[in-house]
Amino acid sequence: MELKLKIFRFDPQKDEKPYYQTFAVDAQPTDRLLDCLNRIRWEQDPTLAFRMSCAHGICGSDGMRINGICGLPCQKLVKEFKDEVLLEPMPVFKVIKDLVVDLDLFFEKYNSVKPYLITTIAPPEQERIQSPEEQAKLDESIRCILCACCTSSCPINQKKETEKYVGPAALVRAFRYLFDSRDEGSGERIALLDHKDGAWGCQTLWKCTEVCPKKIPVTQQIGQVKRRIYEAKHPKK
Amino acid sequence: MISQHDIVIVGAGLAGLRAAVECTDQADVAVISKVYPTRSHSGTAQGGITATLGNEEEDHWEWHLFDTVKGGDYLSDQDAVETMVKDAPRAIYELEHMGVPFSRTAEGKIAQRNFGGHTRDYGKKPVKRACYAADHTGRVVLDTLYDQCLRHRVKFYSEQYVLSLVFDEGRCLGVVTYDLATGDLHLMRAKAVLLATGGSGKIYKTTSNGFATTGEMFNLAYQSGIPLEDMEFVQFHPTGLYPLGILVSEAARGEGGILRNRQGERFMERYAPTIKDLAARDVVSRAILTEIREGRGIGGKDYVHLDLTHLGEKKILEKLWEITSFVRNYVGVDPVHDPIPVQPTCHYIMGGIPTDTDGRVLADEKGSMTRGLYAAGECACVSVHGANRLGCNSLLDLIVFGRRSGFAMKEDIGKYDHRSIPGDPLKSVEAKISRFWNSNGKEKIDSLRQRMQSLMMGYGSVFRNEEGLKKGIEEIHTLKERYGQAGVADKGKVFNYALMEAIELGHQLDLAELVLTSAFHRKESRGAHFRDDFPARDDPNYLKHTLIFPTPRGPEVRYKPVKITRFQPAARIY
Repeated sequence: MELKLKIFRFDPQKDEKPYYQTFAVDAQPTDRLLDCLNRIRWEQDPTLAFRMSCAHGICGSDGMRINGICGLPCQKLVKEFKDEVLLEPMPVFKVIKDLVVDLDLFFEKYNSVKPYLITTIAPPEQERIQSPEEQAKLDESIRCILCACCTSSCPINQKKETEKYVGPAALVRAFRYLFDSRDEGSGERIALLDHKDGAWGCQTLWKCTEVCPKKIPVTQQIGQVKRRIYEAKHPKK
Repeated sequence: MISQHDIVIVGAGLAGLRAAVECTDQADVAVISKVYPTRSHSGTAQGGITATLGNEEEDHWEWHLFDTVKGGDYLSDQDAVETMVKDAPRAIYELEHMGVPFSRTAEGKIAQRNFGGHTRDYGKKPVKRACYAADHTGRVVLDTLYDQCLRHRVKFYSEQYVLSLVFDEGRCLGVVTYDLATGDLHLMRAKAVLLATGGSGKIYKTTSNGFATTGEMFNLAYQSGIPLEDMEFVQFHPTGLYPLGILVSEAARGEGGILRNRQGERFMERYAPTIKDLAARDVVSRAILTEIREGRGIGGKDYVHLDLTHLGEKKILEKLWEITSFVRNYVGVDPVHDPIPVQPTCHYIMGGIPTDTDGRVLADEKGSMTRGLYAAGECACVSVHGANRLGCNSLLDLIVFGRRSGFAMKEDIGKYDHRSIPGDPLKSVEAKISRFWNSNGKEKIDSLRQRMQSLMMGYGSVFRNEEGLKKGIEEIHTLKERYGQAGVADKGKVFNYALMEAIELGHQLDLAELVLTSAFHRKESRGAHFRDDFPARDDPNYLKHTLIFPTPRGPEVRYKPVKITRFQPAARIY
């Protein structure tokens, strides 16, 4: 079947403003959308820029807006689309070229939540003991591949006035360490998250959860982070 | 642009990041990656990482040593394997202490599962040795190590593509990179350079490897005069998802999955009566392709079935979530109810840049050191995997030898100064780029690459023979000539992926020739290298490592002995 890909184009070296260009690709229904993009670059227009690596939804390189919704073209098959599909760069981030955006801000925000295990007690010689139930709390959050689809889809991150909001991806990682039974840094973490651009920036709009390519219940996890902050500040008597 | 660090690590996968964490306390460390950190291919490792913790059942490092040596068809250097397997439990506990979210046993210890070729009591029955986090072990270890690097403020240079290694008087003084975002050249000076750039699966058409896994660093080392070791040993993983080649982890069989042919027969019983579906990967891949050759592929086609349906939905979703979700997505099969179509897929190269057990790069068969240059992980050949790597030993290799390389660099940099670099190393790589812009572009990079990938499948994959290898080498020579006529139509400087792929292809063609040439000269069958014309292992003549050297006459093959300490070569029956 023939699929038309209408693609956002912008080359800072020659374009004053972005435009859209449509390419037609002859594709199998089971081809990935990413395969179509590669075919365009290899056979029709070598200047088309997009990121990719593993091509099966693990590395998180190829986040983009597909028919208006952020997702990974390596996870989407041609048969899911009728005739034409619209591909645009992820919102929130600055476009560098075509579908490639500047992710420095994303990783800065990620880094701001102390995304690592904090411990003070020296570990035992062997592993720390963690029950399967305690470990299972992390099961969904550790699927995160940092593709940035959630953060770029978040209406709070999209709004100029609230763009400093740390965003759902960083909060998922904060959840992952805050709820790890081995972590002893909850005091520091809660202090980092307890402000209007931290966990409280979330207004429970669910866009992150809707788009997550790894089906992480992002909004729920942010809710649990908020509850944890609240309980730390209002201990039960 | 010029910058300077004590240590420059090329590659942000597990080996590179583990090395970075190790030396950050005493050195100024920078990590370069052609992608963003956390995008590296280590992240796609699913099944686990081996160590004889004995959390699920009795286990001993001597058994692990034996299994690794037997798995490698006796080509592994046994002293290096001993270093790795003895250090394994410590290395796993250390990862756990860093925060890796391992799955747990009922008592709260790290959970372990079966994996191919790992056995109790020297081959008696499978043993649970692979520590895991569901089926995204590589990804969570990668994330944890990246997080540790952030904690220790390691400097990252993302989307930097290495164009050359800079040498003077036999010492490595740094690398020149091409900044993908700006098109600028960047000289990174260093007292020690670690190559940790992974594999080269993309020289084959069907592969589990990602697009970034093109293997240029093997060739850059080779072009600098360093030989490559055992390059004929390329592993085809038995269960690539048909037809994409994406990895379906051995964890699926570790958890009880069974391979079946068109008659529904559990055919591995005929090939490996003791451990069946959990035999070493080269054995299982040959078995699958033999079934297909003899007409027992599903519907007569070139795939077989991996059956998980008897495991039940709960276990499948809990332990194999990642696999289940992409099998459902890509081929519309639900592993809970229906068998998964699989075929062997190029997965791993056992060969690579020769190193000692501290990552120091060896310049020849006498063991001379290459000063300032280190290698770890898949691009290196220590050699622990010999002629065939066992599943879950790769992550262990990355963690153990990544750390040891980091430690060695930290020790060694005291001996080195930042020497000034003669000539203009940036100028000398400019020609590598401009040649594509000046060419008439008669030949297309994409069609040359497709041809290379197909011929490597035809002549250099699971079954090989003299005639095919000869033809393959001749065809690669033709492709190299045609590559000389190739141009790049994109002349831009910002994210010019077409240019990067053009440069990659040059390295891939060289690498393909080195794989085929090494294979041509090994006239026996051992591990992943199977010759139809020499179907038996030949210890008297070939119990030795291949070293392929660059010479003015082209690649030249020499050999060096295998280090055998405990286990004399024996028949390899599973």
